[in-house]
Amino acid sequence: MKQKLSSLYGRDGTKAVLASLISILIGLAVGSVIILIVGLANPALGLSSAWDGIRLVFGGLVSTGRDAAGSLTFGFNPTNMGNMLFRATPLILTGLSVAVAFKTGLFNIGAPGQYLMGTAATLMIALGIPSETVPAWLIWALAFVGGILAGALWGCLPGLVKAFLNINEVLACIMTNWIAANLVTWMFDGSQFRNVVENTKSGYIYKTSFNGVETAKLGLNKLFPNSQVNGGIVIAVVIAVLVYILMSKTTLGYQLKACGSNRHAARYAGINDKRNIVLSMAIAGGLSGAAAALYYLSGNTEFFWSTYQSLPAIGFNGIPVALLAANNPIAVIFTGCFMSMLDIVGLQLTNLTAYNEYITDVIIATIVYLSAFSLLIRMLLDGRKKRKKAMVAQAGGTNTGAGPSSGAQEGGEQA
Amino acid sequence: MTFLIQQTLIYAVPLMIVALAGVFAERSGIINLALEGIMIFGAFTGVLFVNLTQKAGIFAAAKAADNWVALQGFELLAMLVAAVLGAVFSLLLSFASVNLRADQTIGGTALNLMAPALVLFLIRILANQNTLQMAEGDAASWFMIKKTTLGFDRTADLGFFGNTFLHKVYLATYVCILLFVVLSIILYKTRFGLRLRSCGENPQAADSLGINVYKMRYAGTTISGALAGMGGFVYALTTANCAATGDVAGFGFLALAVMIFGNWKPLNIAGAALLFGLFKCVAASYASIDINGDGVYLLAQIGVSPHFYRMLPYLITLIVLAFTSKKSRAPKAEGIPYDKGQR
Repeated sequence: MKQKLSSLYGRDGTKAVLASLISILIGLAVGSVIILIVGLANPALGLSSAWDGIRLVFGGLVSTGRDAAGSLTFGFNPTNMGNMLFRATPLILTGLSVAVAFKTGLFNIGAPGQYLMGTAATLMIALGIPSETVPAWLIWALAFVGGILAGALWGCLPGLVKAFLNINEVLACIMTNWIAANLVTWMFDGSQFRNVVENTKSGYIYKTSFNGVETAKLGLNKLFPNSQVNGGIVIAVVIAVLVYILMSKTTLGYQLKACGSNRHAARYAGINDKRNIVLSMAIAGGLSGAAAALYYLSGNTEFFWSTYQSLPAIGFNGIPVALLAANNPIAVIFTGCFMSMLDIVGLQLTNLTAYNEYITDVIIATIVYLSAFSLLIRMLLDGRKKRKKAMVAQAGGTNTGAGPSSGAQEGGEQA
Repeated sequence: MTFLIQQTLIYAVPLMIVALAGVFAERSGIINLALEGIMIFGAFTGVLFVNLTQKAGIFAAAKAADNWVALQGFELLAMLVAAVLGAVFSLLLSFASVNLRADQTIGGTALNLMAPALVLFLIRILANQNTLQMAEGDAASWFMIKKTTLGFDRTADLGFFGNTFLHKVYLATYVCILLFVVLSIILYKTRFGLRLRSCGENPQAADSLGINVYKMRYAGTTISGALAGMGGFVYALTTANCAATGDVAGFGFLALAVMIFGNWKPLNIAGAALLFGLFKCVAASYASIDINGDGVYLLAQIGVSPHFYRMLPYLITLIVLAFTSKKSRAPKAEGIPYDKGQR
């Protein structure tokens, strides 16, 4: 039994999971400490409100509001659960987008721009085709595919300039992000898609349900009453599995990963590295586009079209999702859910305490920071393992060590 | 024309100083992708310092007496505070990338995520809204140098140069230009500068000659952080009326592009920054630019969408990078963690 446990502990996957869990715990602790400091420094907040804030950081998902006495109550909250799954849908997909690019050695910080282009294409198709003549499911499918294609096209741009002009993809991605933000605003400015029916909603595009187009609920709304959850989460999970198959079971996936490990060696082995870089960015862009499509096709989300001053956070949050998952497509499903749980935590904090949702962004940033040296955390874990191994060896047992682990460290091409 | 030059300078100078910040980090071998985040943090700390000092009433007497020397000192003090805290913030990056040999791109991204989150969290608690402003008055009445502050008459005509460079300007702009010159000389003409640059080219060789690579990289990143923090505050002061919003609209990344376009050399960077400042200025105030002073607002009248002007700086960056990237020569060892045991 002990033997079994230690071999489980020695596996790369286990170590990756442990490293991520440690990162998450430290991130949550940092968030709590900041809440505590702010609470103590600000007489209007005080220790009890800081304690409320900290409890919500850890247990916001199961928070059920405040009782009559004004203290926080906790319990199973299906609405929060459903909303978490709904918000996880785009995060899983942008996480996959960043992860696929990482596997090819590219840092896709362009997910926000790809997401925006996907949003624009999806909304224009979903609202532009009249639902009187075309069946709604067909419009849905067209809009979904349109969003993916728009994202893929936008993702191609940094890929092309990286492959053929050797421009650092991080800079190219950031420039395309801001170009997309202005372009999307330009496209919607003056268009007939702006919501003019509800005059409280100035600056918003119509919901797609305005045209009768929305994602099927698949009965999930019965499971999680009052929440926004729909079939999108199922599609996201299916896509994650498909990406896993693509990356680890096909020739294309092998070529992409080969380019990521060593571009020059891959070329020497007869792999077309330029084509693979462009392809990888196109797939990444398509996944971000799919994220936007599923988010806005849900029928109950609205797009604020004057977006030229800010980029969507969902795009950037794909980075921590991918890093936490060590770029494993299946793990992305879970880390995506974790990140959307943080979202819910932020909402609860804003609604129930004097703190606001930005503390969850601090937690996310801490996690990204820690994953920059996840190798170190794993080395520490290795150190523990070695000590254990020595003990086992003393006891006369044998144990096979695992090779050096990679993962997040693969990513991040140099400028 | 006067307006155009002044506006261009306002955008070009922070770009220039932040691009130089990038140079100091990269020449020492650390990719500082966190420039944007450090700028946001610096802008916040500078504005917070101004805000708190005003609330404490320390400079209220000077303001009432129109003692502009004291007020300019106040401005310099705020710049210093932003620089110091920017440097402290950048220690997070140098610690991760020098001591822990972390991936510098991800570390920088983490700081870029951290700064707006932390800043907005604090601003929301401090000000109950998403913007932190000065406690009283505005940047123009407190810090701007005008004809009258210099003792000229309101109606006096200072000539073209006087009107452009002495009227309605900020001292911060000139301090930044001076710092730019001084630091460029330090980078190229002193022993310290040579050592710093050698760590970005060949750290192993530098180490073999007794230079402490870790120390040099810490120095490079810390100077970088100080300059970026100060640049962030100058940006907030001159373009955003001394208000912090947890956002500098991709300015830090533009500075990185300016640095690459300027080939990691100060003189080229100054030129590139002026060019980008011009585009940024066109994007921000195309509607009120009167190029030859005949009352015709050409850019607003040719009927191009404002969205196009706003897109322009980013579009030009991409195109310019496409043309220059073949020739660009980055420091050889940048982005590679230094490992003593490695050959």
